[in-house]
Amino acid sequence: MTWKEINKKIHDRFDKKIVKWFEHNEHRIYVDIDPADLVEFGRFLFEDLQARFIIASGVDTPRDGIEILYHFDFFQLPYVFSVRVFIEKPKLEVDSLVPYIKGAEWIEREISELLGIQFNNHPDMRHLILPDDWPEGKYPLRRDQ
Amino acid sequence: MGIKLKALTKSPWVYHLSTGSCNNCDIEILDCLTPRYDLERFGIVLVGSPRHADALLVTGNMTMKCIPRAKEVYEQMPKPGVVIAIGTCALGHGVFDGSYVMPKTVDEVIPVDIYIPGCPPKPEGIIAGVAKLLAMLKQKA
Amino acid sequence: MSEIIPIGPYHPLQEEPEFFRLHVEGERVIKMDIEIGYNHRGIEKLAESKSWDQVVFLVERICGICSTSHPAASINAMEDLGGIEAPERAQYIRTIVCELERIHSHLLWLGLAGHFIGYNTVWMWVWKYREIICDILDKMTGNRQSYAMFKVGGVRRDILDEDIPWFLKMLDKFKPALDLFKGAVMDDPVIHARTKGVGVLTTEQAKKYCVVGPTARPSGVAIDVRKDDPYFAYEWLDWDMVVLQEGDVFAKVACRILEMYESMKILEQCFKKMKPGIVDLHVKELPPGEGIGRAEAPRGEVYHYVRSDGSNFPVRYKVRAPSYMNIFSNEVAVLGEQVADAALILAAVDPCYCCTERIIAIDHDTNEEKKLSSSDLLRLSHEKTIRVKKELGIS
Repeated sequence: MTWKEINKKIHDRFDKKIVKWFEHNEHRIYVDIDPADLVEFGRFLFEDLQARFIIASGVDTPRDGIEILYHFDFFQLPYVFSVRVFIEKPKLEVDSLVPYIKGAEWIEREISELLGIQFNNHPDMRHLILPDDWPEGKYPLRRDQ
Repeated sequence: MGIKLKALTKSPWVYHLSTGSCNNCDIEILDCLTPRYDLERFGIVLVGSPRHADALLVTGNMTMKCIPRAKEVYEQMPKPGVVIAIGTCALGHGVFDGSYVMPKTVDEVIPVDIYIPGCPPKPEGIIAGVAKLLAMLKQKA
Repeated sequence: MSEIIPIGPYHPLQEEPEFFRLHVEGERVIKMDIEIGYNHRGIEKLAESKSWDQVVFLVERICGICSTSHPAASINAMEDLGGIEAPERAQYIRTIVCELERIHSHLLWLGLAGHFIGYNTVWMWVWKYREIICDILDKMTGNRQSYAMFKVGGVRRDILDEDIPWFLKMLDKFKPALDLFKGAVMDDPVIHARTKGVGVLTTEQAKKYCVVGPTARPSGVAIDVRKDDPYFAYEWLDWDMVVLQEGDVFAKVACRILEMYESMKILEQCFKKMKPGIVDLHVKELPPGEGIGRAEAPRGEVYHYVRSDGSNFPVRYKVRAPSYMNIFSNEVAVLGEQVADAALILAAVDPCYCCTERIIAIDHDTNEEKKLSSSDLLRLSHEKTIRVKKELGIS
């Protein structure tokens, strides 16, 4: 699949749901969507468009909420496609991508312990990198702590 | 203690304990055992269990998760035994100073006998450090 | 009746402490739990308190073996953020350092893999010739590891033209050694018997677990950042991506050996094509925004994401190392394999694990903890090699 085809498919199906489409440069695309559409969009990218899940980055923002960027890459193409969702405080919850993308399991565990986001439908929410006796409610990557 | 210490200086067996290091020091330790430096000539052998070891080679930052394990390993080592801290991270925290998962340095958790600085120390540096330690022990014994 | 065999978190052979819990039934592995975090140093948080220039030194210390891949991804991210393009000579120098590191890292792994199956000769030989590469790096950068060569907009040190003949001479000296390893590993019946068909990761599984680098390529997934999203000088050079189909441990070994030949090709071209010129743009500040940088480390794709508000410090710094994806795939690769092979399969991903400490087997029925002596997995693996040798009639 060429980038043109991928681009067209994404626009055909999700044109209305994309809040913002931003191209930092030719190869780095950032797309904002609503958290409610995340699973549908992620699944579409991973299953229909054969994208590769690279990683997710959680970012605490001064805007009273936390951003998560899901970075995807299309095999053999030089593009990084980042899907951004903004989760407003205080209800820090988002649906998990793990039922469809197995490779997201660890990073969701990591984001949940470093930033305190609850991933719904995640199969295993134990601590990943912090010690088991880490104090509850302390999140190292939050700005307010 | 005299005779035991004297025996220790003859062919010290070492156990390598990484407490959250970046591998640099760990590779250089292994390098000391391979043909160019070949520490095994002097009877220094890397062993797989602290119970067989005379010396602990400690590298890394001592992260929170490693603290109880490091204490356990130190207790398993037969005494008298020596602890050698290798690399800047094991001496203080080096570039990682101020991290939220490193409340203590290595020498606050287990007693350290000799420090070998460097990021990473070259194999020659590690060998020089160990030789100094052995000379010191011989004097004591 | 199933038993649990924990491996780790300490092991005699380097690398991060990791902890594997093998659930076994008789000789077969039925499930595996992985616990990481012994090495969690909070680097992402620390990076927020360092200036852009200091961040490169910090990420260099994420991993000592990939000590140039992380800075490479880091400067790629910062240059993406600022829209900066480094001078041509700097790009060649960066490529040279990256490829030398790839050779040294693959050699390191090959030696350890030899050790895991009980071939200590392979370990010693490989590490002996690895010193040649270390010498080149020492002369070029001033250190055997942690080279501190990269900075935004260029490199910190130029390569002196009068040194280049010496580098080429040393590489020539290394070439016969590489042929030797290829012969020693690819033609050895025991290594074939121990590694072929063991720990297979199929193409589907590789895609599902999103693995990268020399864990994905032997499973038929053709990804390599150097080709897909070329950075540094890679697009100006002629080389091939090594892709194999079998997905077993042998394919992973073969892939790494063949990649070293490609690295040699790249190095020779770089030394030849390098023209005199400036090596540093002296970038003073970075604009606000976001940047993504990727680099192909010896173990796979390194991924860095940075966000800047225009100040001297990053607002957010995200790092994804290749092993983060690769180790997780062990969960399927060891299923149904023998315990004696587990050590090798876990090592094939090149995370390094192994069983220093002691092994505790928990018997679920009696709830008794059996404390076994150290290095049991290694011993099992060595015993299997001896068994295989006997079966093949080699003593």
